[in-house]
Amino acid sequence: MTDAARPGTPDRGYSLPPSYLNAGTTLKSWLLTTDHKRIGLLYLASITVFFMIGGIAAAVMRTELMTPAGDLVSADTYNRLFTLHGVIMVWFFLIPAVPTTLGNFVLPLAIGARDVAFPRLNLFSWYLNIAGGSLALSALLLGGVDTGWTFYTPYSTLYSNSYVTLAAAGVFVAGFSSIATGLNFIVTVHTQRTEGMGWMRLPLFVWSIYATSIILVLATPALAIVLAMIVGERVFDLGLFDPRRGGDPILFQHIFWFYSHPAVYIMILPGMGVVTEVLTCFSRRKVFGYEAMVFAILGIAIFGFFVWGHHMFVSGQSTFASLIFSLLSFVIAVPSAIKVFNWSATLYGGHITFEASMLYALGFVGLFTMGGLTGLFLASIPIDVHVTDTYFIVAHFHYIMVGGMVSAFFAGLHFWWPKITGRMYSEGFARAAALLMFVGFNVTFFPQFILGFMGMPRRYWSYPPEFQILNLMSSFGAMILTLAYALPMIYFALSLWRGRMAGDNPWRATGLEWATASPPPRENFVQRPVVDRAPYDYHPAHGEPTEREDDPDREKRDDRPEDPA
Amino acid sequence: MSDAIWSRAGAHAESFDRLFTVLTGFSVLILLLVAGLIVGFSIRFRSGSKVTRHKVSRLIHREIEIGWIAATAIVALFFFWWTTSANLQQAAAPAGAMEIHIEAKQWMWKASHPDGTREISTLHVPAGQPVRLYLNSQDVIHSFFVPAFRLKQDVVPGRTATMWFRADRAGTYPLLCAEYCGTGHSRMLGEIVVMEPADFAAWLDSRPQGGGMIAAGRMLFTSVGCSGCHAPGSTVHAPDLDGLYGRQVPLADGRVVTADAAYIQDSILLPRRDIVAGYAPIMPDFADLLDEDEVAALVAYIRSLKGDAS
Repeated sequence: MTDAARPGTPDRGYSLPPSYLNAGTTLKSWLLTTDHKRIGLLYLASITVFFMIGGIAAAVMRTELMTPAGDLVSADTYNRLFTLHGVIMVWFFLIPAVPTTLGNFVLPLAIGARDVAFPRLNLFSWYLNIAGGSLALSALLLGGVDTGWTFYTPYSTLYSNSYVTLAAAGVFVAGFSSIATGLNFIVTVHTQRTEGMGWMRLPLFVWSIYATSIILVLATPALAIVLAMIVGERVFDLGLFDPRRGGDPILFQHIFWFYSHPAVYIMILPGMGVVTEVLTCFSRRKVFGYEAMVFAILGIAIFGFFVWGHHMFVSGQSTFASLIFSLLSFVIAVPSAIKVFNWSATLYGGHITFEASMLYALGFVGLFTMGGLTGLFLASIPIDVHVTDTYFIVAHFHYIMVGGMVSAFFAGLHFWWPKITGRMYSEGFARAAALLMFVGFNVTFFPQFILGFMGMPRRYWSYPPEFQILNLMSSFGAMILTLAYALPMIYFALSLWRGRMAGDNPWRATGLEWATASPPPRENFVQRPVVDRAPYDYHPAHGEPTEREDDPDREKRDDRPEDPA
Repeated sequence: MSDAIWSRAGAHAESFDRLFTVLTGFSVLILLLVAGLIVGFSIRFRSGSKVTRHKVSRLIHREIEIGWIAATAIVALFFFWWTTSANLQQAAAPAGAMEIHIEAKQWMWKASHPDGTREISTLHVPAGQPVRLYLNSQDVIHSFFVPAFRLKQDVVPGRTATMWFRADRAGTYPLLCAEYCGTGHSRMLGEIVVMEPADFAAWLDSRPQGGGMIAAGRMLFTSVGCSGCHAPGSTVHAPDLDGLYGRQVPLADGRVVTADAAYIQDSILLPRRDIVAGYAPIMPDFADLLDEDEVAALVAYIRSLKGDAS
């Protein structure tokens, strides 16, 4: 089949330069590339490896927790496993996942740019990320770290005999990768937008990456400082967190959460952006309330900096401080709620189809709502006092990060896969994986809310036998999840050599990234596009939405006998 | 035989369960609303359905948006007000609470009663009586967690944490450590044994007494030399400690602090940190001379000096 014969491929009237994938095929051409698209794929490869390592650690933990007694691994091994899982998943998967893969690949295309503002810095960021990841992994190979990903002092500074310094140094280095990537995206959005692409015409995915980048640049230095303090304390015996020498263990928690609470928004905001692209495309509707969505993104990014104290309601901070942090935590629920309601309203009056990508996005809205609502419990001081540091917290943040962020990541990966590779994957398998992931996720994590309410603390290697049934359910769900995560690796791999050609715009989406070839040429566009309309232009501003041409299920429907009514 | 971990006992538990139930009900409603909207719209507006798609005019857009922004903001503020006021009502321990000291260390809980009775990983208390705990840690951060009371308090080394509870029903309630503290974290378990007041009195009588923390503190006050400067008749210009506990203390740098247990402990271990206004910084540092138990005993003794006013 020739290119022009595919639906969605316009007759260009000129011949295309080779795609970015064919612009060089040697290993060197990949490792020294400054092409944002190739760098996105380098990240995709590295975060997949990290995701698998973190996932294996989780699988061993869930197996251990099938019985109340600690019988599969020793307590020390268990402690090293949950630390490994947390450190790898938070810093080497969740934080970089959407910005560095989909952000790198799509953002310049979506604003009509040839590349990011600083292509070489972009490549350097990947190497920094790999260097940090290697340091953290070497700490693991040498014997592991047992502090938890939160590195709480004085356990991490005075008592832990594990490789804390090495792991902290790894995360420290990876932090600079985050900062450089954030700076790069900020400058790119400011300077590389194509003609006519005003701020209020930016797709919400670009807005979300932009807001995320601001958080990355402002918050990550706090993490760098606090990790440097940990290393300084361990290596030079500074006494910063040692109460016997006038230090304060709580100081660590303040700086750590000043970074780590905004970090939650670093993870979830890009996911919100992805979901907006997907929901609008597959419902053929303009997003409901574009301006409100932009201000909600910015509101979350700004308020996210002022709620860190809700992690410390039981640490002994003053009642007044807790009160203020509680109030601000409730306030941040408002922009989050705006987003959920606007996504729901976007579906109204659309022509909705249920591709895998759409299933992930719809699942995201449900799981994020669940995570957000349980966040209200944690913003309430008296409720937080009971459920903090229990499995309730574990369930809550997995609903946001795994239910939310990972669903959105998969939604985006399925949405842009045809653009990235030029090939289609098996829609049937992809839909099955999406449903399986939704079911597996809920079976794994919903019982943990109940466990937490019942009082099972987190980070327990063994537990009282009353908690076994719910733990068994959770471990069973983890098996379903493992299968659901393995499936995409198979059908994505198959699609690379058997998938049918995608054409430029298989979903009939409106973003600029769909206006060029799939896969795009090295310079993205032969002629830079000019923007003359608002985003999500699926129907006239005050007109009705229309069905998508060549909707894959349409033929089947047309074959049906006419409804007698 | 201990009660179920999640059984309900104590003054805080009832109010917790009420808040938790209402918030859960509210969450279920919102979840059903969102799920209803998504599933309902997905079915009604699926591609190929013959339903008419109405245009949504810009004005209605705005109205709907303003409506739900206002609604969420009001609901959020209501829950803030309701839960925070519940918290503030229960923040302070009632007067006349029984005072018990808890020492946490890897991986056990040690309790000392006012009369000097000590126990490890078990705490006996009378039912119906408010109990105020003073908690210290000898090593890392632990967290004193009694699910049946719906209460939890981090115990941070170098600080004295306080919390209070009143168990209204006799029973045995599990105590867990909720802050990760190393290898034995999941084994740092204990029990709160709540007894009828008469049974408790009998139990206390049957235990050997260690002379009491306050008595131990009084002896230390003289033997380690505190009284040389702080006794009322001393010629050294040092603050008088009678009635100090709970008072507002002006410091040399202009701050005013409340003389709570943490402040008294800091003043013994880090005397140069908070100098009282009008006094020279002459107090020596006792950090290397006293162990944790001795400091706790001194703090308990100083707390007992009620002064003439009371």
